[in-house]
Amino acid sequence: MQSEVMFAGFGGQGILMCGKVLAHAALEEGHEVVWIPSYGPEMRGGTAYCLVMISDKPIGSPVVRNPSHLVAMNRPSLEKFASVVKSAGIVLINSSLISIDAGRTDVDVIKVPVTSIAKELGSVRAANIVALGAFVARSKIVGFDTLRHCVHEEFVNKNNFLSLNLNALEEGKKAVEMPAEK
Amino acid sequence: MGKTYQKPESLSDQHTHYCPGCTHGVIHRLIAEVIDELGFRGRCVGIAPVGCAVLAYNYFTFDFQEAAHGRAPAMATGIKRVRPDLIVFTYQGDGDLASIGMGEIIHAANRGEKFTSIFVNNAVYGMTGGQMAPTTMPGQHTTTSPFGRNVEDVGMPIKMAELLAALQTPAFITRQTVIKPKYIIKAKKAIKRAFTYQLENQCFSFVELVSTCPTNWGMTPAEAVEWTENTLLGYYQLGEYKTPESISGGEDAK
Amino acid sequence: MGKKVLMKGNEAIGEAAIRAGCLNYFAYPITPQSEVAEYLSHRLPEVGGVFLQAESEVAVSYMIFGAAGAGARVFTTSSSPGISLMSEGLSYLAGAQLPAVFVNIMRGGPGLGGILPSQADYFQATKGGGHGDYHLLVMAPASVQEAAEMVMRAFPLAEKYRNPVIILGDGLIGQMMEPVEFPDYLKTEPTKKDEWATNGMQFRNSNKPNLVKSLFLDPNQLNENNLILKAKYERMKTEDTLFEPYNIDSPYQVLIVSYGTMSRVCKTAIDHLKENKFEVGMIRPQTLFPFPEVAVFKAASKETCKAVISIELSMGQMVEDVQRCVQGLRPVHWYGECGGNVPTPEKVMEVVKSLV
Repeated sequence: MQSEVMFAGFGGQGILMCGKVLAHAALEEGHEVVWIPSYGPEMRGGTAYCLVMISDKPIGSPVVRNPSHLVAMNRPSLEKFASVVKSAGIVLINSSLISIDAGRTDVDVIKVPVTSIAKELGSVRAANIVALGAFVARSKIVGFDTLRHCVHEEFVNKNNFLSLNLNALEEGKKAVEMPAEK
Repeated sequence: MGKTYQKPESLSDQHTHYCPGCTHGVIHRLIAEVIDELGFRGRCVGIAPVGCAVLAYNYFTFDFQEAAHGRAPAMATGIKRVRPDLIVFTYQGDGDLASIGMGEIIHAANRGEKFTSIFVNNAVYGMTGGQMAPTTMPGQHTTTSPFGRNVEDVGMPIKMAELLAALQTPAFITRQTVIKPKYIIKAKKAIKRAFTYQLENQCFSFVELVSTCPTNWGMTPAEAVEWTENTLLGYYQLGEYKTPESISGGEDAK
Repeated sequence: MGKKVLMKGNEAIGEAAIRAGCLNYFAYPITPQSEVAEYLSHRLPEVGGVFLQAESEVAVSYMIFGAAGAGARVFTTSSSPGISLMSEGLSYLAGAQLPAVFVNIMRGGPGLGGILPSQADYFQATKGGGHGDYHLLVMAPASVQEAAEMVMRAFPLAEKYRNPVIILGDGLIGQMMEPVEFPDYLKTEPTKKDEWATNGMQFRNSNKPNLVKSLFLDPNQLNENNLILKAKYERMKTEDTLFEPYNIDSPYQVLIVSYGTMSRVCKTAIDHLKENKFEVGMIRPQTLFPFPEVAVFKAASKETCKAVISIELSMGQMVEDVQRCVQGLRPVHWYGECGGNVPTPEKVMEVVKSLV
């Protein structure tokens, strides 16, 4: 069984790191994993995305035409990638910044205002981790405890951000466990 | 009493291939004497250039590497960085150092690499047959400037010692010549100082030696000495352009 | 072997070099391999190594020359345009018989090209790049794990042959993160270097100077030097050709030859086709020079095999070697892309199916 998760948004939204934390969690659980970034001039402001592949067998192709899931942090990302997500996959929409729909009825669309939630927690920079918490809570692609451990590892040396991001993870989880926003 | 004047141990028995009146032989000898006197032959690595001195390693009795054209300072950097206990020098001509290798020498000097460069400036490409060099004098006839160096077209000759002295990092920059005994004595002192600074682990040291090329200048050796003294030395002025003392004293070197 | 850690290919390459006992690194930044320099700029000082950012790739290749000539283990990393600039130095290193390791995390060309994955430097790496009769030993990893292992093998191989070794990865190998389990630290030291290295006579208790050079003005001596090099390349062919066969025991109708990231896409395509009862075999060269000539010939000779295809992220470079090896026995085709997009398994399946 292999799943692919596409994280996409503006450069600077922490897209690559978000994927890296998920990849780390999958590795901790003994899965095979590949993390593939977009790289180049989109460090700040452009469109950044990364693909995390998780499998119980060695991973062959690091390119996929149709990823299983999408976490869209801004509108251009949703417009670009919504149509390629596999049927029955999850499409997580950052409803703080995206006013349109996924335009799909065969996928599990979840709308979470991750940027607003992060702002309430103290910094929009934690929006990526809110989204990660929400996505993992819904998809159960890795155990939430493992994920919490990996967020801790990622931020343990960045003291100012540790509690912020651990809270962000929990708030993301809460957001999808409550009745979905209309 | 033994002999008072003999061949330095750092010089081999081979006869050189240099033309009559060429100053490479004198410079080789000065380097060899200095290495003997300072006693580091056993940990010395020379780097031969592309140019007339490409076979310099045949005339010395210590380790040598042969460079690609202009790249000697990068090679010296590589050696010195991984083996700071070796004493390293590059031996380069004006086409090698001031033209194709300009980037390498400037950056090695500016990083303050702890090696010594001996720069032999004879205002012409020697080995390839007398073409114009970046150091060729205005109006000087060469095989690629048959009407004389036209400065409107190719600019003025490059003064390497002055150029490198403009950098803050290098320790010792000097220009000397070896065309007459009175100059040779001073040139040897400069070479010895340059290596002494390296032995003291001071940064980059550079000795430019204004030299002759009677063959490619189309002169007799005696005419070449005269032309050097009257023409080259007017433009390429001898002296110390930078010393560790002038740096620490905060004064600009003359 | 230690614990599996998640690492970018570029970082794993840097760490692997340290574990191979190479503590000397000279480099110039270029996308998509700059993370190697970034990683080593803090890691090498920790282990007492040498890190220097040079003024150009040209200078890098001669810093490598100088250090290798002085008997040190040394390496650099770059990407395509940078390797072009280093190619002069590679020729001199090969001519002077110096061991050193180069890594090319390839991007698209020619010219500035792009920064996305490519395999367009196949000719440059395997057929020359610089001037003169020389070869590099070329290794091509297909994963971060393999990149780390190849870097660690590259140093002893460079020293065995006193010849530069180049690791040819594509942008994805450098940029992607995968779990990597590092082999144990290499115990070997460069051997017999006192016979040739300019490491200072007093340190090797010798009165005989060593000379590192590539100039042989006497035609007989130059010919002799080239014969020595040729003998080494022949020895590489018999002793150090590496490849991985895939699905080669099946009654395959098509044989793929593919390497690096592209070969992984082909593996997935082969797996999918197998589910549809369409058998495809693959030879994945792990060394591109020496090329697995015998393996490709034998695999193409299989009775069920109707066609051979070279699938590469270049406009038909490796296919020339494949044609050479197949010797007209089967039709040899080519498929590839070279803008930076890596073809999907679906595209490979379509191309392969169209051959029979």
